[in-house]
Amino acid sequence: MSDSARSAAADPSGPVPTGPRPRRRVSRGNVMLYGTLIVIAVYYLLPLYVMVVTSLKGMPEIRVGNIFAPPVEVTFEPWVKAWGEACTGLNCDGLSRGFWNSVSILVPSVVLSIAVSSISGYALTAWRFRGSETFFTILIFGAFIPYQVMLYPLVILLRELGLYGSLWGLVLVHTIFGMPILTLLFRNYFATVPKELIKAARVDGAEFWTIFLKILAPMSLPIFVVAVILQVTGIWNDFLFGVVFTRPETYPMTVQLNNIVNSVQGVKEYNVNMAATILTGLVPLTVYFVSGKLFVRGIAAGAVKG
Amino acid sequence: MAAIEIRDLTLAYGDLKVLDRLNLDVREGEFVVLLGPSGCGKSTLLDCIAGLADVTEGQVHIGGRNVTWEEPSARGIGMVFQSYALYPQMTVRGNMAFGLRNAGMAKSEIAERIDRAAMTLQIEPLLDRKPAALSGGQRQRVAIGRALVRDVDVFLFDEPLSNLDAKLRAELRVEIKRLHERLGNTMIYVTHDQIEALTLADRIALLRGGIVQQYADPRTIYMKPANLFVAGFIGSPAMSMLEVVTAGGGTLRLGETVIDMEGYDGSVPAEAGRRLILGVRPEHVAIGPETGSDRSARVDLDEPMGSDSLLWLTLEGQTLSARADPDHGLTEGDQVSVRLDPARASLFDAETEIRL
Ligand SMILES: Nc1ncnc2c1ncn2[C@@H]1O[C@H](COP(=O)(O)OP(=O)(O)OP(=O)(O)O)[C@@H](O)[C@H]1O
Ligand SMILES: [Mg+2]
Repeated sequence: MSDSARSAAADPSGPVPTGPRPRRRVSRGNVMLYGTLIVIAVYYLLPLYVMVVTSLKGMPEIRVGNIFAPPVEVTFEPWVKAWGEACTGLNCDGLSRGFWNSVSILVPSVVLSIAVSSISGYALTAWRFRGSETFFTILIFGAFIPYQVMLYPLVILLRELGLYGSLWGLVLVHTIFGMPILTLLFRNYFATVPKELIKAARVDGAEFWTIFLKILAPMSLPIFVVAVILQVTGIWNDFLFGVVFTRPETYPMTVQLNNIVNSVQGVKEYNVNMAATILTGLVPLTVYFVSGKLFVRGIAAGAVKG
Repeated sequence: MAAIEIRDLTLAYGDLKVLDRLNLDVREGEFVVLLGPSGCGKSTLLDCIAGLADVTEGQVHIGGRNVTWEEPSARGIGMVFQSYALYPQMTVRGNMAFGLRNAGMAKSEIAERIDRAAMTLQIEPLLDRKPAALSGGQRQRVAIGRALVRDVDVFLFDEPLSNLDAKLRAELRVEIKRLHERLGNTMIYVTHDQIEALTLADRIALLRGGIVQQYADPRTIYMKPANLFVAGFIGSPAMSMLEVVTAGGGTLRLGETVIDMEGYDGSVPAEAGRRLILGVRPEHVAIGPETGSDRSARVDLDEPMGSDSLLWLTLEGQTLSARADPDHGLTEGDQVSVRLDPARASLFDAETEIRL
């Protein structure tokens, strides 16, 4: 706030300012602030620029060596190749296979993990049962155990269940590993709902599921949005579980990307690699752009009142 | 309409007994107020009656039926909360219909009942609004309506007016009283506002620490408090408590002054030298020469309260308050003669704190 505005606010008897508040646009602080922000933005955007530019060049142009130069001759050939023709191992149908694998892992995993976690969070807040606190503590503790420790036992477990190597096995793994953080998220959000609301619903004859589906869930949309975003990006970007729990024909997109980029045969096709990488990142990117505002709002609502 | 009987009700959280072997009978159609300081277990008791808390021991009977382990919706009760507890995503109509839909009632019947309740409570223009678009008073009306449509025998209110401003509170208080007169339902009403308690109740149950201190009609509670706690809790400005000693023959000694307790409705111990506490309400202390009393007290402070004035006096070294005409013309340090009305005073044992 500028000095004149402050003194006017402090002295109510003074002349009332009208119109937009005057600002000093170019102050030393602003120059510093925006300067820093621009430098940081360029720093983060540069790699993306290089990727896009490279993916639109042909191999002869790339060999010239100037990675910052815009393409002289724009070609979409690398994108087509990355999507439908690039070879990984024996398959030569590009990333498209991985994309559809990822989608069929993502959808059930997101739905299942959010369903399970939101119901757990609800049960933990609204229907405290004997040992519910202990249950919650164990669950939260689970969030801090490194994944690597559980990898091998999980492989054995899934093998015994006959799910090893199938998409459903991976879905199960994602659901389990999503539970601690999501349950915490939902529990904290539901805890902000007044207890009396649930009491009123019980007097009105609503039971466990009615209260959840008709009362609690509809008033908790922001936290469901947060959960969807967390899970979509988390599961889409997952590499470790994908590579461990699936077979080559069911590899998710990330694993396939790795195999394309790191393939040792033939020449390195930088343009194809760049296109493939951008294609893989497109889903989480879209999610962020579409729901950025909702995400921040939901996180804030969950965090402030937790 | 249904009577309520609570038998030896205990509710404990671990070692903490919030309610301790509590007994309470509410007659059919009676308006009972649960009154007491914060944390004394009023809401807990109400929750036990509603079936929202798991009782540790004891029984709750509604309408002659043991409902101790029945679901809230099966008990024939409706409940209104301090925070309104309206479902935010539903309209007023949806809020009122929710319980009826859960009970599987026909659409036409639901609509009819909502219209009737809305007319009673004058909330017809609000039916299609969401709770966020209502004022506090309107929200509480809707909450009452939600209980009303269910056509229950027993209404439970948990501090329904505490979130409202003074004017609205007075308005809705009258409305609740009218509603009770018209419907004749049994009502249990929790508050810590003694004005609400005294104006609404057929009987007041005064609680402390999960134990009923006194259960009686408002007049009795006010005039004959069962113990020192009740005497101190009820009445504003508060009752003055004077330390006295029995002097035999139905008289008390307050310092050098002798007080004749002729006309007191309780018993004054015959033996001399027993320590007692004499409680006198400010409006039962008369001052001025026309009282014909030869006891005189010193004026310490004058608190004008509009319709009358509260005078703080010192009598034999003890503090006493008196309600006086605001034009009493006395100032600090003046001496004034006082007269206590023994017929409307209360005597408590100094040890047990129980009224004699
Ligand atoms: N879940 C709980 N666990 C442990 N103690 C509890 C629990 N719920 C309530 N209590 C305790 O029970 C006591 C009675 O609570 P209750 O809500 O019935 O008081 P109240 O008379 O309604 O008070 P107020 O006038 O403030 O609403 C309090 O001391 C409270 O701390
Ligand atoms: Mg309470």
